[in-house]
Amino acid sequence: MSVDMQMNILIVDDYKTMLRIIRNLLKQLGFNNVDEATDGSMALQKLRDKEYGLVISDWNMEPMTGIQLLREVRADAKLKALPFIMITAESKTENVIAAKEAGVNNYIVKPFNAATLKTKLASVIGNF
Amino acid sequence: MSGAVPAELVAKLSALKTRMPSYTKDEIQEVVTEMLSSMEGDLSEMNLKLYAEVESLARYIVSAKTEIAALRPDEIMSDHIPNATDELDAIVGSTEEATNGILQAMESLEGLTAEMDPAMAEKVTEAVTLVYESCNFQDITGQRITKVVKALKHIESKVDALVAAFGDEISKYKAAHPTPEKAEDPMSDKALLNGPQLAANAGKQDDIDALLASFD
Repeated sequence: MSVDMQMNILIVDDYKTMLRIIRNLLKQLGFNNVDEATDGSMALQKLRDKEYGLVISDWNMEPMTGIQLLREVRADAKLKALPFIMITAESKTENVIAAKEAGVNNYIVKPFNAATLKTKLASVIGNF
Repeated sequence: MSGAVPAELVAKLSALKTRMPSYTKDEIQEVVTEMLSSMEGDLSEMNLKLYAEVESLARYIVSAKTEIAALRPDEIMSDHIPNATDELDAIVGSTEEATNGILQAMESLEGLTAEMDPAMAEKVTEAVTLVYESCNFQDITGQRITKVVKALKHIESKVDALVAAFGDEISKYKAAHPTPEKAEDPMSDKALLNGPQLAANAGKQDDIDALLASFD
């Protein structure tokens, strides 16, 4: 099954520069429909207002963190199957385990490169 | 001496005598009284030693309080920590601004690749991607600095408690050691070494140009 390159992707990070970097890298990969949120609660609102094919979220944000957002997504009947990639500087084993237990599809540690982003995307939404 | 023996003890001695009739009440009382007198002597000596220790401890505490007051923890609260957090905030702000500038330039460059031949466009895109990746540093640096700011705020709260506890000592120390007026020459080499200024205090290029022009 081919990947829908027109899918809406929501990127979530409290650092505007990081949002800009991820948006630009996604654009290079062919994904142009990218929305942004600066914390989990804003992201959750956007996810409930519009249909998205993927969430790429930071962990450490206020007031709602990335792991809290992930748990909310997995607890929501309409959103629970949404692919979710965590992209964060939190690199402890405990973090990865907690994210996996919460239902994350993949995990990228910052700082990351474009190749890693592409590989992780492919593993979650399929080759493109 | 018998007057110093409590009545309750005398009663107990009487009871004891009924079980050991070979000793008279007075004999037992005398032994016990002597023993008590001997213990009183020891207790006094112990008390003296204890008083001496307590006095030594009190002197140590007074000395420690004075030394702590001399460190002027109130200045840490009023000057050093706020300055440090302001500087760190400025670092986050300036790196964010610089990173946005770099990203803006790269986005413009990337926009030009549509007008380049494919081989050149690919090379430029690769270079731009490397810059995007390198700009990760701003996020990481920002998060690290945020951790340091949190640590400073924790220290600030502890010092705040210290200042509250040692307020009187600090006031006494300040009264006894008033801070001398800064008599240093503002044009001395040392006074001129201040490093980058926070945005609100920084001289503007226009003002500096105007000042330079005033020498002409």
